[in-house]
Amino acid sequence: MSAPVVAGKEYSTVKEIAGPLLFVERTSGIAYGEVVKVKTPAGEERTGQVLEVGEGFAVVQVFEGTSGLDVSSTVVRFAGETLRFPVSMDIMGRIFDGSGKPIDGGPEVIPEDEWDIHGAPINPYSRAYPSEFIQTGLSAIDGMNTLVRGQKLPLFSGSGLPHNMVAAQIARQAKVPGKEEEFAVVFAAMGITSDEARFFREDFEKRGAMDKVVMFVNLADDPAIERLITPRLALTSAEFLAFEYDMHVLVILTDMTNYAEALREISAAREEVPGRRGYPGYMYTDLATIYERAGRIHGKKGSVTQMPILTMPHDDITHPVPDLTGYITEGQIYLERGLHMRGIYPPINVLPSLSRLMNEGIGKGKTREDHRQVADQLYYAYAEGRSLRELVAVVGEEALTDRDRQYLEFADRYEREFVNQGPYEDRDIETTLDLGWELLASLPEGELKRIDPAFIEKYHPKYRGKTAAKSSG
Amino acid sequence: MSGQVGKIVRIAGPVVVADGMTGAQMYELARVGEEKLVGEIIRIEGDKATVQVYEETSGLRPGDPVERTGKPLSVELGPGIIGQIYDGIQRPLTSAAELVGAFFTRGIAIPPLDRNKKWSFKPKVKAGDKVVEGDVLGEVPETPLLIHKILVPPGVNGKVKHVAKEGDYKVADEIAVIETAEGEVSLPMYQTWPVRKPRPYKRKLPPTTPLITGQRIIDTFFPMAKGGQGAIPGGFGTGKTVMLHTIAQWADTHVVVYVGCGERGNEMAEVLERFPKLKDPRSGRPLMERTVLIANTSNMPIAAREASIYTGITICEYFRDMGYDVALQADSTSRWAEALREISGRLEEMPGEEGYPAYLGSRLSEFYERAGRVEVLGSEPRIGSVSVVGAVSPPGGDFSEPVTQNTLRIIKVFWGLDKALAERRHFPAINWLTSYSLYWETLEEWFRKNVSEEWPELRAKAMELLQREEELQEIVRLVGPDALSDAQRAILEAARMIREDYLMQSAYHPIDSYCSPQKSYHMLRVIIKFYERMKAAVDRGIPIKDIINLPVIEEIARMKLATIDDAPKVCTEIEKHIDEAFERLYASARRVAVA
Repeated sequence: MSAPVVAGKEYSTVKEIAGPLLFVERTSGIAYGEVVKVKTPAGEERTGQVLEVGEGFAVVQVFEGTSGLDVSSTVVRFAGETLRFPVSMDIMGRIFDGSGKPIDGGPEVIPEDEWDIHGAPINPYSRAYPSEFIQTGLSAIDGMNTLVRGQKLPLFSGSGLPHNMVAAQIARQAKVPGKEEEFAVVFAAMGITSDEARFFREDFEKRGAMDKVVMFVNLADDPAIERLITPRLALTSAEFLAFEYDMHVLVILTDMTNYAEALREISAAREEVPGRRGYPGYMYTDLATIYERAGRIHGKKGSVTQMPILTMPHDDITHPVPDLTGYITEGQIYLERGLHMRGIYPPINVLPSLSRLMNEGIGKGKTREDHRQVADQLYYAYAEGRSLRELVAVVGEEALTDRDRQYLEFADRYEREFVNQGPYEDRDIETTLDLGWELLASLPEGELKRIDPAFIEKYHPKYRGKTAAKSSG
Repeated sequence: MSGQVGKIVRIAGPVVVADGMTGAQMYELARVGEEKLVGEIIRIEGDKATVQVYEETSGLRPGDPVERTGKPLSVELGPGIIGQIYDGIQRPLTSAAELVGAFFTRGIAIPPLDRNKKWSFKPKVKAGDKVVEGDVLGEVPETPLLIHKILVPPGVNGKVKHVAKEGDYKVADEIAVIETAEGEVSLPMYQTWPVRKPRPYKRKLPPTTPLITGQRIIDTFFPMAKGGQGAIPGGFGTGKTVMLHTIAQWADTHVVVYVGCGERGNEMAEVLERFPKLKDPRSGRPLMERTVLIANTSNMPIAAREASIYTGITICEYFRDMGYDVALQADSTSRWAEALREISGRLEEMPGEEGYPAYLGSRLSEFYERAGRVEVLGSEPRIGSVSVVGAVSPPGGDFSEPVTQNTLRIIKVFWGLDKALAERRHFPAINWLTSYSLYWETLEEWFRKNVSEEWPELRAKAMELLQREEELQEIVRLVGPDALSDAQRAILEAARMIREDYLMQSAYHPIDSYCSPQKSYHMLRVIIKFYERMKAAVDRGIPIKDIINLPVIEEIARMKLATIDDAPKVCTEIEKHIDEAFERLYASARRVAVA
């Protein structure tokens, strides 16, 4: 954080240090939420923020941690303003640490402006409802859970699953078909390993896109409390690029579970009444102040689209982090271990996945007129196939009818041919939908109840072959 | 009393403690800091008062002033409410956007009702008339869908000394003077009312009319009453919000108040985008002409979220007092409860279950009890109603948590959403086995009269089939489908029809999204008829596999796409085809037997 040096009030009256918190005595005139510079006995400077203030005391959380601090010689300077980040077009292509200091060896950013990192809520009345289809090139997303510009769509994953590959592929391939526009990727890493951070960096560099990327990196061995500000820096940058420079910004936040743990740490240090699994009761609201910073605004060209990644502890979707996230975000893409084990990439289970904004982004003039119904039919057939799989596990395949066998076979093919694709395979929406039709054609036509007969006539491979033959002959 | 100033001694998030506040009253409105942020006094100890602040508090310092206003948190009620979108403490978001731009900042002070707009007022009383509280002084056609009645406010009784002539007036202009026992009272077109105090009425009446939502599963199996209380709990992705939007769209009430309480900003944008385009199915007018939106999204200040549902219900009561039916949707009461929990935590109160304050249950019931069908104030007998449906968002979809449990103790209609149905894209994902409506008995009479005498019987038969299906599915899961007899398979087939061809309903399909009770009746009749013919045929030895391949099944699957007007004809036609199909089956069976 390179907030400008402001002559503020200095105190060396630290009374108590507990976890990431400092309790400072005999203060006066300190504002709630203001930025604090903490000078360690060793002369190092750290950043913090006022969490609570009263007459004659202030509670400060130190983002870089409190190790090495003492009560006698630590100096606390209150800067007199809230946390700000220097924004500028020059941040493009740069790499910062988790509290916003450049770590790529480049020069300090010369700010065009300084923005409060907490942002301000977008007035719901000023929001433009997201409706522009983003083609990610992944069938399981484009066909079944379509992403639109201004949406917040997280990846729900688990340890050891290839969520980074999926996210990198989306960042690589995402585009609005038929449009060439200014885009940028803002990447915020919270508590991930240096290998993972390098993977993303190399992936951006390999395709020469690094100058379109802004990276904020807090690694696993960086201070945990810093993770509370890393996503906010990233989103402040994203809002600046989107709403001042009309860019379409994709923000990748990984891993939100680490963020939530930092939140829990602060809450525990403050001895607050814990909610579920020790996370603070206000975690929903806190996460919302991050996730809600996505969207489009009437009268502005740019947009902020968010793709947060989180690892579900023990693959448990009811764990507070995925649970509260799902309540805020506009759907989720669910990665499943079972599919990964069977060698399906991307291992997206479409059944618990959802895109709430899909309906607005698809259909005639956007993707294709049959999109909604094809997706519904694929959903139905795959769900049917999967529940029959469970039945087979109990009673064996002999008990099945012919229809049941067709659905079983369908579910297998759906996973192997539709969901499964290469990490560099970029399918356009036509290809995805046609592939869907090819699979549906393996079922009796009478089963396609969710599709308008007119679409069946137009897109079903059986008739398509015929009409093609007719028109050529 | 007002205008006294204390000073801040402590700030923690939205909670501020000030001293020098002797004489402060509970729930009095206070202005905090130099920017005069809006807050409400929620605890008093000696000369110290705790204030919950409805705006972001960063930058406040100990020593900053806290000014008392002497008034409780109130809303302004008058022409100009309809079609508006407000935040949790009734600041108009439209004007805020014009004033400060797309991002909502603090310290915005805008009156809820436009002071400059003129409304055409037509008096209904004349000088010398005796009026009591609740009487109609005059009418303002606020939108083509709604006549806004200007009421004598509660507590005012007397003789009309003066009333404005027919003409155009601003909301703050004097439109009447009433001579009361306590002296003359000058009345503008609007009135104010404290949000935490229910508006008075004469007496409560039992609900006898259904609130028609146009959703088959609700109107058929779990009907809501006008003046009723309902809850719709479900994990994320089960369709709570879509359901509430759908009810807001199609509810056959005069006014709809939609409270987006701690939910997504884009959802409010969706309502704002769609409602002006959607047409009321009865009048053909845009739905926005009867809708009021309260939006306090999840990232807006939490204390204002706590206030938002009270703001919403007070507006409902005001329109009820005009003799209208009003419906309120609150999405989501869990987020409201979380705001309560956060503020309680900051006050360091002793926590109850899962950190929620011990008074969670009583606050919830106070809120839901403001619903009801009542005889409103006024010298002429008039009836109005407020119906409330609240979404509940239980963590992990687990209904045993405190907010769901406390809600279930109050409400009469429970629409339980089911994740498994949502994953199969069966929408609305209301589980027919766990949901209930305690209003059915009182509403049955209405359905007999207005839909069909046959309706209760059809409904019971359909429900029985669904129950039987569940039992049979259990057997299939254990020993496989082979173990079932043809008669049992017929039940499964009929239940499948009810589920897929009747209960499933697309909220986005231009025709299917609204289904009138009459259309529902015709559709259900077709399915029950098919089942009864199928059952008889199986009993006479016709193999089930011949029946489930009948082409008429295809027709049944598509009957939901018939328009409201065509449905009776289409359904009668299908019934004829069913008869013909089964006759053909019998005929070919006879031929086989002869051969």
